Amino acid sequence: MTTQEAFYNYIVRFGDDSLILGQRLSEWCGHGPILEEDIALTNIALDLIGQTTNLFELAVQIEGKGKDVDQLAFLRLEKEYTNLLLVEQPNVDFGYTIVRQFFFDVFRKLTFEALCQSSDEKLAAIAEKSLKEIKYHLKHSSEWVIRLGDGTEESHTRVQAAVNTLWKFTNELFYQDEVDQKVIELGLGVDTSLFKEAWQLHVEKVFTEATLTIPANTWQHEGGRKGTHTEHLGYLLSEMQYMQRAYPNMEW
Amino acid sequence: MSTKNIEELEKEFQAKIDADIKIEPNDWMPEAYRKTLMRQISQHAHSEIVGMLPEGNWITRAPSLKRKAVLLAKVQDEAGHGLYLYSAAETLGLDRESSIDDLHSGKAKYSSIFNYPTLSWADMGTIGWLVDGAAIMNQVPLCRCSYGPYARAMVRVCKEESFHQRQGFEIVSLLANGTPEQKQMVQDSLNRFWWPALMMFGPNDDNSPNSAQSVKWKIKRMSNDELRQQFIDVTVLQAEMVGLTIPDKDLKWNEATGHYDFGAINWEEFNQVIQGNGPCNKDRIDARRNAKENGAWVREAANAFAEKRKKKELTH
Repeated sequence: MTTQEAFYNYIVRFGDDSLILGQRLSEWCGHGPILEEDIALTNIALDLIGQTTNLFELAVQIEGKGKDVDQLAFLRLEKEYTNLLLVEQPNVDFGYTIVRQFFFDVFRKLTFEALCQSSDEKLAAIAEKSLKEIKYHLKHSSEWVIRLGDGTEESHTRVQAAVNTLWKFTNELFYQDEVDQKVIELGLGVDTSLFKEAWQLHVEKVFTEATLTIPANTWQHEGGRKGTHTEHLGYLLSEMQYMQRAYPNMEW
Repeated sequence: MSTKNIEELEKEFQAKIDADIKIEPNDWMPEAYRKTLMRQISQHAHSEIVGMLPEGNWITRAPSLKRKAVLLAKVQDEAGHGLYLYSAAETLGLDRESSIDDLHSGKAKYSSIFNYPTLSWADMGTIGWLVDGAAIMNQVPLCRCSYGPYARAMVRVCKEESFHQRQGFEIVSLLANGTPEQKQMVQDSLNRFWWPALMMFGPNDDNSPNSAQSVKWKIKRMSNDELRQQFIDVTVLQAEMVGLTIPDKDLKWNEATGHYDFGAINWEEFNQVIQGNGPCNKDRIDARRNAKENGAWVREAANAFAEKRKKKELTH
């Protein structure tokens, strides 16, 4: 794998995380539990789609094959998407959506803080711009984890169930392979293993306030970064890709 | 306590309106004025909220990242409009929750256009172009409405609506100049939305019972038929510009009146849709009701948590 290929893959992974989570969140539009949250979830989706666009613009530049961002976003096969399994998980209810977001936001914040120091100026600039949004997302998801965890008996039960289901996808946040090794060596990317502990501490701190617990069974799932997904992604993609597949090669 | 009688108060009230002085929440106002405004503003708020659904229907299928982002932002604006309008209605003593319950029970109405389905991507263009276009025609005069909070909310709403209208027309114009499939898609969309868009202005003036009083109170500043005509005159030219055909064989320019003549509107369809028998009435209300019911535990949790925090603060 050349440096160029590794860096391309590295950026596409982050872009895919934003894209798939943005797509999931946008399913909430018009169906939120309260108008203010409808706006908040759509706003986060909008930020994530914006981040996707910036990251994919950089990726296609690096690749240098003259592709556009929409080819990357809409015209790959399922196994070519390299997002985390966590972000493709269905919304289920507001509790699942918030827990999924919280796990992701803590990770994103730590990663993008470090990426501000990337030796690639463009990536550093994207990280810096995105970080402003991510801090707000994390504040929003943390507050809701606490509110739901320490709200009523029902909300506690629901949000704990979400934690129990989604916990198995959290180790994958720190997945690393030859792509990461290559970009870390060159100072383009960041070594996420350095802040795994910080991630865990942040989650535990919020969970303590929320009276939530980390499940005892810690068997972990991974595969997203290599294109092996859960059953959920195929359906998400068939919906998302519908227009581009049904009407190929057109401007919209 | 004022010793003035109702007649004097009404006279002063009308004098203020005639002098274009805004009525503010704490000012005296006739009960009928308050009720008319509450109905109008809450219907408008409901239209924004229900109106999120037909467009929300295409966010997950938007054909490009740019279109997905623009559509997300647009639907978010509509939710925001709903919020300002519910707040404006609250200044008259109508609380948001009970107003929403009236929507769900069918007691309160919303714009009939949102009971039509969005069947293709082109509908995202057509809705911006025609539906937001018609909404602007209706709403620009309301920026001068006599009730302060409503007029001020409308200033902001209109700015955003005008952006929505432009982005809609941009989609329409791109498709109209696109491939044969795209052209067919957008013409089909215009065929489905044209007549329902004309119905958005409400019944003909001679069948609009509340209009005269509303004009006198400056809650309404132009009649339904005047607004409808203005909309047609502008929109026909835009359709011609991009080479689309308005689905009305009776449409023709009238030199004498300086306006377009147009065919008969199917008022029976309008009445049926208003009464709940449109293609999507049930789906729209079910979606709103489900959102409320499925979110009940979240709202309860937020309240319970706020209570706990308040108690904690008191004991510390």
